[in-house]
Amino acid sequence: MSDAETMIDVSIWRGEGDEGRYETFKVPLRESQTVLDIVTYVQRNLDPTLSYRFACRVGVCGSCAMTVNGRPRWTCRTHVSKVVESGKLEIAPLANLPVIRDLATDMAPFFEKWQEAKGVFAPSQTRADALAEISPQSPERKLVDAAIECINCGVCFAACDTVRWNEDYLGPAALNRAWTLVNDVRDGDNAGRLFAVAQNGGCHACHTHQSCEQHCPVGLNPTASIAGLKRRTMQAYIRGELA
Amino acid sequence: MNVRLYLAQRATALLMVPMILGHLAIIFYATRKGLTAADILGRTRGSVGWALYYAAFVVAASVHGAIGIRGIAMEWAGIRGRSLDLLMWAFGLVLALLGLRAVYAVVIG
Repeated sequence: MSDAETMIDVSIWRGEGDEGRYETFKVPLRESQTVLDIVTYVQRNLDPTLSYRFACRVGVCGSCAMTVNGRPRWTCRTHVSKVVESGKLEIAPLANLPVIRDLATDMAPFFEKWQEAKGVFAPSQTRADALAEISPQSPERKLVDAAIECINCGVCFAACDTVRWNEDYLGPAALNRAWTLVNDVRDGDNAGRLFAVAQNGGCHACHTHQSCEQHCPVGLNPTASIAGLKRRTMQAYIRGELA
Repeated sequence: MNVRLYLAQRATALLMVPMILGHLAIIFYATRKGLTAADILGRTRGSVGWALYYAAFVVAASVHGAIGIRGIAMEWAGIRGRSLDLLMWAFGLVLALLGLRAVYAVVIG
């Protein structure tokens, strides 16, 4: 048996802003190796100037999303063996976001959309009030449960055709977040939120391509949440509740 | 796309589904029965029913199509703001004008 390690060719996007090119590195293949392991190997052993972003390494923080062989993925939970194609790996920054440097994108536009979609809880009670009792079996809470586990990784935003075509579009994650709040019986600003997501670039801009659902690393279905918002805003509009 | 345009496009689609089926049935009937232009005009001239049916169809198609064109123009041609709304209205009005002219021709003359 040979001690020689199996090497793979890894092309990594290098550059700042819109300018850049792919640079190829030879990286040893290991058992249970993730794409994030590959990037970390390159930075620690081959080129310390490589910029990328990660934090938890276990699929919780949503920091390490990148484009791997053309598809947006969470790199810390993506095994190389599952995505390598003909012994090659191509790693680029997430699409639909400005690149800061190399594999690190500026997530500001992504989170600004959350603000625009009123993805922030608006309290309807004070600390003097009793704690709200929410039954896990209530229909509203079940809808929230189905959509709440978003880790803000931006994979859906990068996978979405409508985000690419329409710079005003709020995107799957922000609208999914808005949907969880629309179904939160404690929230006090549903009228404002429905109004915010019913404007140009809101939920009605979605083409239901379902790329968000296809790529979401935690198995959420933002398309279903957006469909819920479409229904809810339409009902509110017909009732004259959208000021 | 916003809730107003979305609702207008969906509502017109809903209206057009049975109308398209009716329109196809009429085409099949007219061709299978070998109706001539004169036969057809004989039935449509002065008919309030046909006038209403096809006028509603034309208006629904104009609204539906104009909103669709607006979406394509924005996403594929990058047109925004006032130009986008102008394009939508212009397309819809031209479509409605052409269609209503045809309805006028077969119903009134």
